Amino acid sequence: MTHLAELPAPLALLAAALVLAGAFLSLAGSFGLLRMRTFYDRLHAPTIATSMGISCVLLASMLVFTALQSRLVIHELLVGALVVLTTPVTLMLVARAALHRDRLEKSPAVPRAARPEPAEEPAE
Amino acid sequence: MRWLLPHPVISAGLLAFWLMASRSVAPGPMLVGAIIALLGGWALTLLDPPKVRIRRPGLILQLAGRVFVDIIRSNLAVARIVLSRRLPRRTGFLHIPLALREPHALAVLACILTATPGTAWLEFDAEEGWLLIHVLDLIDEEEWVRIVKERYEAPLLEIFR
Amino acid sequence: MSLAVLSWSLLIAQVMLALAFGCTAWRVLHGPRAQDRVVALDILYLNGMLLLLTFGIRTGTDLYFEAALVVALLGFVSTGAFAKFLMRGEVIE
Repeated sequence: MTHLAELPAPLALLAAALVLAGAFLSLAGSFGLLRMRTFYDRLHAPTIATSMGISCVLLASMLVFTALQSRLVIHELLVGALVVLTTPVTLMLVARAALHRDRLEKSPAVPRAARPEPAEEPAE
Repeated sequence: MRWLLPHPVISAGLLAFWLMASRSVAPGPMLVGAIIALLGGWALTLLDPPKVRIRRPGLILQLAGRVFVDIIRSNLAVARIVLSRRLPRRTGFLHIPLALREPHALAVLACILTATPGTAWLEFDAEEGWLLIHVLDLIDEEEWVRIVKERYEAPLLEIFR
Repeated sequence: MSLAVLSWSLLIAQVMLALAFGCTAWRVLHGPRAQDRVVALDILYLNGMLLLLTFGIRTGTDLYFEAALVVALLGFVSTGAFAKFLMRGEVIE
């Protein structure tokens, strides 16, 4: 860990705060995945980790490497862009697959179509 | 110019990608990056993606800033919900009528809604324009419909006209 | 002083990420349904990637970054394939 000693103190503290915040948010997202009750509730928790959790850790990494190599290091942006752009796509795909499966099983918990069903149909 | 760079934004993105991945701006990586950018642009022409017309660059920046702020805010809100002792009782599906039909605009809206913790895009009925989303904190349905329509749909309608 | 703070923060962050890894791994193993496992696997990839990045900061080498990039790419492709499989029962039609 000796290379970290070369960091100026304010930068080191900022990087420490960012790493801690990112790890905490990722933990919160994963914990939500564990804790929520239904699949559709669980779908919301991971986006904490994929939006702010990863941004904080990547920002810390950029800070540390830029300071250590004394030149602008921004290749972390690649990972960031990749994750930020692809996560909505994958989550949407899985959500649609889950909806499709639930509908095939005629689960009463999910709506039958994107269009709202006419309210208060008279019972047959 | 048109035949050399048919998709300038994509080519610029590819060049930036290559320079970032190789971590230098020396002439060598620059040359390879430029070749990749040109080839990528031509390859995309062969694939023939549908044309998209974007207006109001100022509004795009405004929308991006708004999404950024909303993502941070809902991150904290959802983190609080996850870590609170009692889980919210009101989670549920929400139907929203949309006026948006342009595929690119719908894709952007889908990414915004899914990337924001607390809302997830599920399905869109292209014929009648009904959108089905799932909301984690569904206390006021009218409020959510208003948020989606006014905060996101209205600027997207202006941008992709 | 600041070195100690940073190294302890990195250690605590790694412990938290390991816990997050455990949460998602539990969800992958226990389901209850296939779609739960797929979402959990996606986040498991992400937690692993974040762990690699913190190791990278800790050791000061760029090597971990390359691994993180590959993990991010693989996570996207595999989750897409899984989602397709859930929808149709086949990956390639």
